[in-house]
Amino acid sequence: MNIYKFEIKGYFRTLWIWVLSLFALLFMYMAFYPIMSEDAMMMDKILEHYPEELLKAFGMGESISFATVLGYFTFTFVFVQLCLAVQSAYYGFNFLSVEERELTADFLYSKPVTRRSIFFQKYFAAATALLISDIAVWIGSFLAIEIFRGDNSYEINNLLILLASIPIFQVFFFSVGLIVTTLSKKISSVISYAMALSFGLYILNAIRSIVGGELLGMISPYYYFEPGYILMHGKLNLKLTMIAVTIILISNIIGYRLYLKRNIHSL
Amino acid sequence: MNIIEINQLTKFYGKVKGIENVSFNVKEGEIFGFIGPNGAGKSTTIRTLLGLIFPTSGSAKLFGKDCIEFGSKIRSEIGYLPSEVFYYEKMKVKDLLKYSASFYKKDCTKRINELSEIMELNLNRRIEDLSYGNKKKVGIVQGLLHEPKLIMLDEPTSGLDPLMQQKFFDIISEENKKGSTVFFSSHILSEVQHLCNRVAIIKDGHVIKVEDIKTLREDNYKKVTVKGESLDSNLYSFEGVSQLTSFDHMLNFFYKGDVNFLIETIGKQKVQDILIEDPSLEEIFMHYYK
Repeated sequence: MNIYKFEIKGYFRTLWIWVLSLFALLFMYMAFYPIMSEDAMMMDKILEHYPEELLKAFGMGESISFATVLGYFTFTFVFVQLCLAVQSAYYGFNFLSVEERELTADFLYSKPVTRRSIFFQKYFAAATALLISDIAVWIGSFLAIEIFRGDNSYEINNLLILLASIPIFQVFFFSVGLIVTTLSKKISSVISYAMALSFGLYILNAIRSIVGGELLGMISPYYYFEPGYILMHGKLNLKLTMIAVTIILISNIIGYRLYLKRNIHSL
Repeated sequence: MNIIEINQLTKFYGKVKGIENVSFNVKEGEIFGFIGPNGAGKSTTIRTLLGLIFPTSGSAKLFGKDCIEFGSKIRSEIGYLPSEVFYYEKMKVKDLLKYSASFYKKDCTKRINELSEIMELNLNRRIEDLSYGNKKKVGIVQGLLHEPKLIMLDEPTSGLDPLMQQKFFDIISEENKKGSTVFFSSHILSEVQHLCNRVAIIKDGHVIKVEDIKTLREDNYKKVTVKGESLDSNLYSFEGVSQLTSFDHMLNFFYKGDVNFLIETIGKQKVQDILIEDPSLEEIFMHYYK
């Protein structure tokens, strides 16, 4: 448990910034909802004049009205997803590579501890940090909606399902980071890898929604867990969720096995 | 009893050879030197023993157990000091040592304090504020705080001033007297010379000789220096003489053979000065690397 504790301490040094940012994001966006809902007619009219492609790119393609609580929340949640993706991918790329990059690997790996134990302790420390972000989004979402929704009602079940999709979404990015790390010799700049992955897949889904079809979406978790779809239909797309789970399982199993046999090189 | 048994150990990095068919044993209670130039495979061997890298073929046993299969158990009895030390920069020395101690199932506080005092290490400073030599001291303390039965040192003295080096060697000797086995890699031979019982010499990934330090030195080579006005170097072209150089009324050579015959030969000429000494390990070493 000592490595877990050590890692958790490390995460807590920056985790509060993530939590605050997620709160700020949710509140700042939802703060504009009262205006939007009042002038719903006008807003929807303005949006009509927007090119459809642009709206689709922001995940507002499925004729969601800004006037409804969840319609507006769709728009908000896309940015929450982006934030969570960056954070999860960052952790994923970082958690096994950091010791090698900062050359502390010699210290840790020469201690009487198995690779298996190091892996799981580090894994669960990162998972704990991600869970805390997840909880922050749950609390932040409900608070922001309750404060700003006014008299407008919303389908709470649909929101719960959307929020329940967060852990799989996070673990997806985390797992991709994990497998890439174990497949490469060295991850030199974690933040650029994390940005590239999270924004890259986002753009991929944006392109998919513009050009239509499903193929591109098959490899983008933004499509698997599209807030517009979930909030409107009140369910996850089962097929796409299964793809996500499969990719997660494969990355984790292969990543873990590679890690057990990984050579830790000196300088 | 053998503490380290290395059997045909081979490690390739892709196609690049690290070490090939390395075999030797280290006995309990020994201080064993492992010498060779940079890139000969010293670190590769040590890192394999520690389970940091995995062998391509062959195997190694520490305390009679396979170093990969029982890696974590074995490592509880090993203290390791790498040639370059790096620790978590943001931590205080105190916290790092505590973290290090938390991997061992015993209370190491007393030993931490003892060692830090000997090494004059300030426990309240941050790692990032330490000079290289001070980081090295942290390395020494963290490597020894659990009183390991086997101490592995990979070029341990770089970055330590001579005074600290001496203290460090004293600590190592003391640990050795208490029963620890020491495995000591170095390219600085004088270090090895007065500390080790036996040495293995490694070159290009192959161990070319394992020898008692005494035998190595008593391999009956003598280093001879003769000074005189008119010395005839041709007189010395008999068997047993090697690396004969003549320079400024001075003859230098190595000799292995009957000393009486040598003295007789020298006596045939008018000599100003004569010096017959044991060659330094360095010189013996060059002999293997020729």
